Amino acid sequence: MSPETTVVLAFAIPLAGAVLIAAAGRLPNLREAVTLVTSAALLFVVASLIPEVLAGARPSVDLVEWVPGIQLRFTVEPLGMIFAGVAALLWPVNSLYSIGYMRANGESHQTRFYVAFAVAIAGAIGVAFAGNLLTLFVFYEVLTLSTYPLVAHHGTDDAKRGGRTYLGILMTTSIGLLLFAIVWTWQAAGTTEFTEGGILSGRLEGAQVGLLLFLFMFGIGKAAIMPVHRWLPAAMVAPTPVSALLHAVAVVKAGVFSIVKVLVYVFGLELLQAEPSTRWLLYVASFTVIAASVVALRIAFEQGNLKRLLAYSTISQLSYIVLSASIFLPIAAAGAGLHIVAHAFGKITLFFAAGSIYTAAHKTEIGQLKGIGRRMPWTMGAFAIGALSMIGLPPAGGFISKWYILLGAFEADQYFAMGILVASTLLNAAYFVPIVYMAFFMEEEAPIGDHPDSHGHGEAPLAMVVALSATAGLTVLLFFFPGVPLALAHAFTGGGP
Amino acid sequence: MIAHLPVLQVLVPLLAAPLCATVRNRRVAWAVAVAASWTSLWIAIQLLTLVLADGPISYALGGWAAPWGIEYRIDTVSAFVLLTVSAIAALVTLYALKSIEREVEASRVSLFYAAFMLSVAGLLGITVTGDVFNLFVFLEISSLSAYALIAIGQNRKALTAAFQYLIMGSVGATFILIGIGMMYVMTGSLNMADLAELLPQVSASRTIPVAFAFLTVGISLKLALFPLHLWLPNAYTYAPSTVSVFMASTATKVAVYMLIRFFFTVFGPAFSFDVMQLDRVLLPLALLAIFSMSLVAIFQTNIKRMLAYSSMAQVGYMILGISMASVTGLTAGILHLFNHAMIKAALFMALGCVMYRVGSVHIDSMRGLGKRMPWTMAAFVIAGLSLIGVPLTVGFVSKWYLIQGALEKGWWPVAALILIVSLMAAVYIWRVVEAAYFQEFPGDDDDELKEAPLAMLLPTWALILVNLYFGIDASFTAGVAGAAARSLLGVGP
Repeated sequence: MSPETTVVLAFAIPLAGAVLIAAAGRLPNLREAVTLVTSAALLFVVASLIPEVLAGARPSVDLVEWVPGIQLRFTVEPLGMIFAGVAALLWPVNSLYSIGYMRANGESHQTRFYVAFAVAIAGAIGVAFAGNLLTLFVFYEVLTLSTYPLVAHHGTDDAKRGGRTYLGILMTTSIGLLLFAIVWTWQAAGTTEFTEGGILSGRLEGAQVGLLLFLFMFGIGKAAIMPVHRWLPAAMVAPTPVSALLHAVAVVKAGVFSIVKVLVYVFGLELLQAEPSTRWLLYVASFTVIAASVVALRIAFEQGNLKRLLAYSTISQLSYIVLSASIFLPIAAAGAGLHIVAHAFGKITLFFAAGSIYTAAHKTEIGQLKGIGRRMPWTMGAFAIGALSMIGLPPAGGFISKWYILLGAFEADQYFAMGILVASTLLNAAYFVPIVYMAFFMEEEAPIGDHPDSHGHGEAPLAMVVALSATAGLTVLLFFFPGVPLALAHAFTGGGP
Repeated sequence: MIAHLPVLQVLVPLLAAPLCATVRNRRVAWAVAVAASWTSLWIAIQLLTLVLADGPISYALGGWAAPWGIEYRIDTVSAFVLLTVSAIAALVTLYALKSIEREVEASRVSLFYAAFMLSVAGLLGITVTGDVFNLFVFLEISSLSAYALIAIGQNRKALTAAFQYLIMGSVGATFILIGIGMMYVMTGSLNMADLAELLPQVSASRTIPVAFAFLTVGISLKLALFPLHLWLPNAYTYAPSTVSVFMASTATKVAVYMLIRFFFTVFGPAFSFDVMQLDRVLLPLALLAIFSMSLVAIFQTNIKRMLAYSSMAQVGYMILGISMASVTGLTAGILHLFNHAMIKAALFMALGCVMYRVGSVHIDSMRGLGKRMPWTMAAFVIAGLSLIGVPLTVGFVSKWYLIQGALEKGWWPVAALILIVSLMAAVYIWRVVEAAYFQEFPGDDDDELKEAPLAMLLPTWALILVNLYFGIDASFTAGVAGAAARSLLGVGP
């Protein structure tokens, strides 16, 4: 099978899966089996592309000529491979988790859930493999629209409100800013194709570069750079499997992926370095890193909602990626690419753990987590590993990516960025370590009110525990065997320092 | 037969009209209308293929050569508009079977089809003809039948709306006639190609600019360009659903075509834009239309009225594209002509389905319909996404070209306005989505309300599929629009 066919297949499999899932809606076990088989097939197909891409191949497939002169095109390159690989690897794991979660909590509209999920994954693959800005935009919007029913899943007033914020912010930024940026790029460069070294050098200069950068960075709202970040905490009304995959992996990763892709393949790192009007990005990203961590710290301090803390942690971590990319050096961009993987594995573990706690103990607030580590050792163990990854300590994968980001900052003499990274590491420790400590080393509190499950509960259902152990394992595995992601990260920036 | 296609394009619906009127049986009248409209569609496809292959077609009516005889002349833009109008007419006649039965008295149904066929004939005639007075004749045919179509339903307010349209429409038509008359006085010719040659010689006189002005105002009235738009909201709102579908997607489009024909072919871009500075007039009006009409749409509770205001904003987009007077801008305008016809027809058809089952198009009646009428509301959502301009729909293609055109001219604020207005469209479409999908159905659980009949759903979904197909692969439509734009501006092949 040629690489081109594989690429099209990678996109088609989740879509076909969506149709089949819808058809199997009345038979839950069959429907779940279809989801698992589809996700496994996607993983197989995407994995088969990796050796090709590492060897230097860049398979390209034209889907359709959209208007005269612009194609809807897939072109696989290493960064896209990273994103697609992460999505494909985590979809089966998340499906397993979802099955456990949805059934244990008796959720309604499950068929709609799995169908929307599959379409969203197809959108993510579309974004990952997009060969030009237009294709990227198309699938970026598909991703927004297909994840909306997932966010508003519960149908309660809160869910509707959260859904409205989600859709509102993402559509406003994408139509208002991103589309403008894309048409301007098309106009200035005569093409929207992603090209090594960028397509804008010599076409735009001075303040125009800075302005276009502004439009792109805030137009790509999925990267949650402040102040277009509010959709992320708002989307926490979704069921946890949605939060886990979409907000730890697919949606937010599509955002930061698009940002890095635009910086490297549309602007080109050299152009960005040369123009002074692009300096602001580093400071904006740094601000988001710190501010989001401060909010998370406050939530931890007030012992508030766990998912909300994780949401702000995500916002902060996403800006690590933007910060790293904004150093405009190849090694830093490689660090950014690597952090996409590390953060994905770590964050999904944390969200899985949160959902597991909710399912088994019906607890959502940090204050309720005292002593829960003894009842749910697997869950909280995985949580601890995820926390290590966020902080950036061995033996978790987050250490490797942070190392590269620091290397990049050092090489660029960016002491400010290094300072930001150190400060945020401390902040991360400040809000994650107490939670782990509380869970394992403090006594359980007597229950308030008589919820039948809040006392005398054990671990979460098996499917969920298996899933979260798997992702925790991946986080640790990334530390010991970073080979493939590291090779891809180096490949996309044309080598190391 | 092939040689006579240009005149058959008009004759087929024109002859079908009295046939429908004389037939008593409603079903037979419908069948005649269907046959006539689908034959017209076939003819339009043939004509487009011929024009794309061999260039403009010229046909002398009755064999009498121009400029004394009436000439029918079809070039790329006419063929494109013919295709749009006949495709919509074909789908609407199918849709009308069930919809009209509910909304028009049984005794008048044959008359409805007769008036409908006359309207189709009139619109096609405007597009096909190469003679300005012939254009006026067809304009009157289509307008008069439109007034009748609006009033033929059972809604009493429709009578007032039709009367209002009649008065304003007649003023518009009269202005156009005055403009034509003045041109005739100065040149002695009524043939468009001939006028194009003769007018530059007499354009120094005062008469020609005055004729230009009369034509601009007259056509703007037919277009419902702000501020000459007052007749449109009532006409669209109170007309029977099928009539709203048809008028929203064809009448204003053909008026845009008239504008293009007069100002690019007859007067020529040099006179229209450099001497008369038409863009200075059209641009601000277009921008005002786009913004103000979208704003008003947000506050409407009657969904048909909301879509009527939306239509006027979309016409603003077309005029904006035209006023750019560049290849990209004109391509955008012509492309949006087709795209918007597809979008609005689908939206109004979905509303017609709601009207059929629920009996009302007030926003409160839309509650809970997402579950009761899933196919109808799904169609509304997709067409709504197309209106907003989400990728993979035709609406996005038009937006792309419009923004590109604006940026080419350095009109940054205009590009920003286009995007802001897209977001406004998202607001008013969202209100309907929220009512349909997120609010409870007010009736009982065992209420009889179910999905619309297949005869209405199929044409609706055919349009949705067109929306999606030409949104994913717009190379044909954008290619044709581009070719039309280039030939109108006299720029290369």
